[in-house]
Amino acid sequence: MTPPGNERVPIQSEDDIVRARRIARTYAQELGIGLTNQTKLVTAVSELARNVYVHGGGGTMQIEIVSNRGNQGIRLTFEDHGPGIPDINLAMQDGYTTGNGLGLGLGGAKRLVHEFEIESWVGRGTRVTIVMWA
Amino acid sequence: MAKGSRLAEILRNYEADLLEDWLREQRASGTLRPELLSETELRAQSREFLNAMQQAAQGGNLTDITTPEWKNTRDLLARISSIRASLGFSPAETATFVMSLKQPLFTRLGKEMDGQNLEGLLGEIWTVTTLLDKLGLYTTEVFIESREQIIARQHEDLIELSTPVIQVWKGILAVPLVGTLDSARTQVVMENLLQEIVNTASDIAIIDITGVPTVDTLVAQHLLKTVAAARLMGADCIISGVRPQIAQTIVQLGAEFTGIRTKATLAGALALALRDLGLTIQ
Ligand SMILES: Nc1ncnc2c1ncn2[C@@H]1O[C@H](COP(=O)(O)OP(=O)(O)OP(=O)(O)O)[C@@H](O)[C@H]1O
Ligand SMILES: [Mg+2]
Repeated sequence: MTPPGNERVPIQSEDDIVRARRIARTYAQELGIGLTNQTKLVTAVSELARNVYVHGGGGTMQIEIVSNRGNQGIRLTFEDHGPGIPDINLAMQDGYTTGNGLGLGLGGAKRLVHEFEIESWVGRGTRVTIVMWA
Repeated sequence: MAKGSRLAEILRNYEADLLEDWLREQRASGTLRPELLSETELRAQSREFLNAMQQAAQGGNLTDITTPEWKNTRDLLARISSIRASLGFSPAETATFVMSLKQPLFTRLGKEMDGQNLEGLLGEIWTVTTLLDKLGLYTTEVFIESREQIIARQHEDLIELSTPVIQVWKGILAVPLVGTLDSARTQVVMENLLQEIVNTASDIAIIDITGVPTVDTLVAQHLLKTVAAARLMGADCIISGVRPQIAQTIVQLGAEFTGIRTKATLAGALALALRDLGLTIQ
C-alpha cells in the first residue's frame, strides 16, 4: 500500500492518538526511514497528539510527503483550537507542565525530529509542525 | 383516539386465544431460534408480556410508554432483551418478538369491531401499531445497552488477561507488557503487580517492555510510578526489553530512569535478579 501524500486525521480520543502513531509509522516505513528514526518520529507524534487531545481539547494531524533536493521526508502538522500557550519558551522547558505530566513532551519531541516549529495564539489555538527526513 | 381504545378489554377477554395466536405467529416468523430458547421459556415470556401490557393499557394511555403505568412492561422487556442478548439473539430478532403481536391483535380487533365503522377500526390499528413499534424499539435500545455492557466487561477481562504477573523464581516476579499501554491498562498492571508482590512476598519485579511499541512520556511516567510504588512495598524493579531504538528515544525525550536498573533482554534481567538474591543457575 502506498499512502496518499496528503491526509488529515482527527485527534479526539485516546484511540485517535494510537491511530495517529500507526499512520505516522506506516508513512515512515513507506519512505524507507530507518527503525530508530521511525521510533523517534512515532514517539514525537505520541507526544504532540496527546498535547492536542489533553491541552488543546482535540484537533487534527495533517500528513504531507515533502522533498528537498531529492530527499524525501514526512511533515506532520498538529493543530487545535484550544486555549493556546501564553509563554512558548516556558512551555518548551523540560519539566514545565500545567497538568500532571512530566513536562517533557514538547522539548522531547523537538529533540526527536529533524525540524520542529511551534506557533500558538492565546485563546485561538496551537500549531506544531515537525519534519523527519528519510 | 387512544382514549376510547378497546385494546385493554380485548387483551383481558381473549388472553388465552391471543397467546396461542401470537405463539403461532412467532413460530412462523422464523426468528424463534428454538436452539437458543425453549418453547416453555418462550411461552412464559409471551404470557408475562401480555399480562403486563394488559395492566398498563387499562390506564388508557397507549401513546407514551415512558410513564409509570408502563414501568412493569418496560422492566419486563428489558429483562427479556438482555436475556436474549446474552443468548445470542440479534436485536432485530428480539424486536420481532414484540412486533409479531401485531397480526393476532389486528385480527382480533377486526373480528370484535365487525359491523362497526371502518374509521374506528383504522384508528385502533393505528394506535396498536405505534404502541407496539415503540415497545419493539425499546427492546432494541436495551439490547444495545446490554451488548455494550458485555463488550465493556470482555474488554476488562482482556486487559486482565493480557497483563499476567508471573512468578519466575521464588522472590522474583515478571510482568511482560505487550501492546499499547493506555492509562487503564497501566492501572491494572500496577495493581496486579503490587498485589502479587504482597501475595508472593517477592523482592524483585521485572517489568519487560519488549512488546511495547512506543515509550513516550506518559508510558515513562507510568513506569516510574509503578517502580516507586513497588519500592514502597519493599520490592526492587528491573525494566527489561529496552531495545536500542527505545533507549535512544527515552534519552532524547529526557525521561530519566535514574536509580532504575534497565536491561536489554528479559534473560539479562533475570540473571541480574538471581545474582541479587545470591542465586546462580548451574
Ligand atoms: N496544544 C496545546 N495547547 C495548549 N497548551 C499546550 C499545548 N501543548 C502543550 N501545552 C502546554 O505546554 C505545557 C508543556 O507541554 P509538554 O508536552 O512539554 O508537557 P505536558 O504535556 O504537561 O507533560 P508530558 O511530559 O506528559 O508531555 C503543557 O503542560 C501545557 O500547559
Ligand atoms: Mg505533553
